[in-house]
Amino acid sequence: MLSISNLQARVESKEILKGINLEVKPGEVHAIMGPNGSGKSTLASVLAGRETFEVTGGSVEFNGKDLLELAPEERAAEGIFLAFQYPIEIPGVTTINFLKTAINQIRKYHGKDPLDAAQFLKLMKEKAKTVKIDDQLLRRSLNEGFSGGEKKRNEIFQMAMLEPTLAILDETDSGLDIDALRIVAEGVNQLRSKDRSFIVVTHYQRLLEYIVPDYVHVLYKGRIVKSGTKELALELEEKGYDWIKAEADSVSA
Amino acid sequence: MSILTKIEGEFDSLLHHLNGKSGLAWNRLREEAFENFKKLGIPTVKHEDWKYSSLKGLEKYDYTLSSASSLSREEVAELPFADLEGLQLVFVNGNFSAELSSPLLNEKIKVLDFKEAEKLIPEVLNEYYGKGLDVEKEGLSALNVALSREGAVIHVPDHTTLEEPVVIRHIHATGQEHIRNSVHHLAVIGKNSEAKIVEIFQNIGENSSFTNIATEIFLSEDARADYYKIQDENDASFHVGTTQVLQKDRSYFYAATFTVNGGFVRNNLNLVLDGEHIESHMYGLYIPNGSQHVDNHTLVDHQKPNSESNELYKGILDGRSKGVFNGKIFVRQDAQKTNAYQNCRNVILSETAGMNTKPQLEIWADDVKCSHGTTTGKLDDDAIFYMQSRGIPKAEAIRLQLAAFAEDVVSQIKWEALREPLDILILKKLQA
Repeated sequence: MLSISNLQARVESKEILKGINLEVKPGEVHAIMGPNGSGKSTLASVLAGRETFEVTGGSVEFNGKDLLELAPEERAAEGIFLAFQYPIEIPGVTTINFLKTAINQIRKYHGKDPLDAAQFLKLMKEKAKTVKIDDQLLRRSLNEGFSGGEKKRNEIFQMAMLEPTLAILDETDSGLDIDALRIVAEGVNQLRSKDRSFIVVTHYQRLLEYIVPDYVHVLYKGRIVKSGTKELALELEEKGYDWIKAEADSVSA
Repeated sequence: MSILTKIEGEFDSLLHHLNGKSGLAWNRLREEAFENFKKLGIPTVKHEDWKYSSLKGLEKYDYTLSSASSLSREEVAELPFADLEGLQLVFVNGNFSAELSSPLLNEKIKVLDFKEAEKLIPEVLNEYYGKGLDVEKEGLSALNVALSREGAVIHVPDHTTLEEPVVIRHIHATGQEHIRNSVHHLAVIGKNSEAKIVEIFQNIGENSSFTNIATEIFLSEDARADYYKIQDENDASFHVGTTQVLQKDRSYFYAATFTVNGGFVRNNLNLVLDGEHIESHMYGLYIPNGSQHVDNHTLVDHQKPNSESNELYKGILDGRSKGVFNGKIFVRQDAQKTNAYQNCRNVILSETAGMNTKPQLEIWADDVKCSHGTTTGKLDDDAIFYMQSRGIPKAEAIRLQLAAFAEDVVSQIKWEALREPLDILILKKLQA
């Protein structure tokens, strides 16, 4: 489904990704862990097409398409979804209006007729129930004045509405208390299926107790320095990142 | 011939036409105003209030004053807002057109054109014409008072509601000539009475129009008025307009100014709050692009205690356009317990557009609540990326955000029928 090879990217003159290789197959959940500043969020942003980052080398293939050639909205239409670490507040645009526009633009991309108001509302009610988000919240301006937990839940709700084939969660656990974390994880787990893959970017193992990954990769200084299964996450929780850093630094030295 | 020489000739001919009525108070005021105009002239950037707005471009055109033009009903009906419900008064090149207008209202409530008003209610003109305007300092106000014999005169007696909105349409037929016009509207709303007025400015044709307009609104005790100004003039047009409002105790005034298009626009909105427990609202939206220039000067003069004014202006500037906002708030020593709020927010879409904002608060009272704020910024790139990442193309994301930005002002419109044609006009402009 997703094939990243030797991906390099920088912001201004700073190299951040220095050759990432990653294969994600349908239905798999990959966790990307790593110390702060290792490039985890950059990888998530580059996959979603954020212009701040310049791709300087490598390739990304997504369902047979050259992902790097596509505009962010085309990537979304092709099935990529990024849950933001810091969801943006957009005053004056309600979540409902925002999502209706998004869904109908994606339908247009695929040559389908737009959903009418009734169809859209039905879909929305259904999905709001599955991720336990309050209807009233969706009638307000997008994320404006939402608590941290509400913002993250809104991300998961948007994911449920857009039904991506590859969802990238960028530190979705940051700033959440355990109850909010459980609700968010539950929402994600409900969306797991044999056709849908996830890349879960996180600093801590905590989230992975609830969203159990098939693979865990450790990103350090812009490279994946170690890959394993969910046990690797537990090991990191126990021992911290220092041993990985030492291992990686001795190899590159 | 220079514009000033022309104007002198026009004034002489006006005096001649007034035959015999020149002794009436409002006509005596014309002569006084004209003397002032001769001293003041057309303002230049040397005037503090005109620092960022130059009328030099006027010299490029050889204007004809209020040239009569016969527009057909069909031509007028094709313009936006043609179907707007209400008493329609149509002015073509500054001349009232009875044929294109609704029948005038000459009952208890009067909605007349200026010349009918001179015959039927001279006492109203005597008492109010030109009284609110600063003809001693503002050259173009002085010129307007001196020259205008066209306009709408609205008189609503006490305890009366003018049910139908008054729709004043100014159509500049600039297909052949460059047109100058001088129009003066007067609305006198009696005690506990109510009216709704909209002024619309449009061009048919691409030549220049120079509109010098004054609208005076007098609100008696407990009176209420909603006032809308919608500008959709061409890129060669010049528009200098003053809306002058005098409010008495417990009156309510609401103004919304939408500048969608216009080459050079200067709007003065002056509110004098001569009473207690007055409520005043001022909203504005301007969306210039290309080389359009939009200047909004507002003044709220709190003269007595316990009143409230609230102001929100928003601008979206693209191309090489320039915007100016100058918001004066005076709180006189007597005006304790005044609440006055002012806010001006702008989004700049190009490197070459520019905005000058100047809030000017002068407060002599000590127990007041006043706040003001201005911001000028770019669109939020993060927000655009966020929308794109959900499948919304960039152009649509920008449009959604701009529409949301404008919504704060547009949503304040209380007249549903006005919203639809205005929304279409704004959307069309934002898509350009």
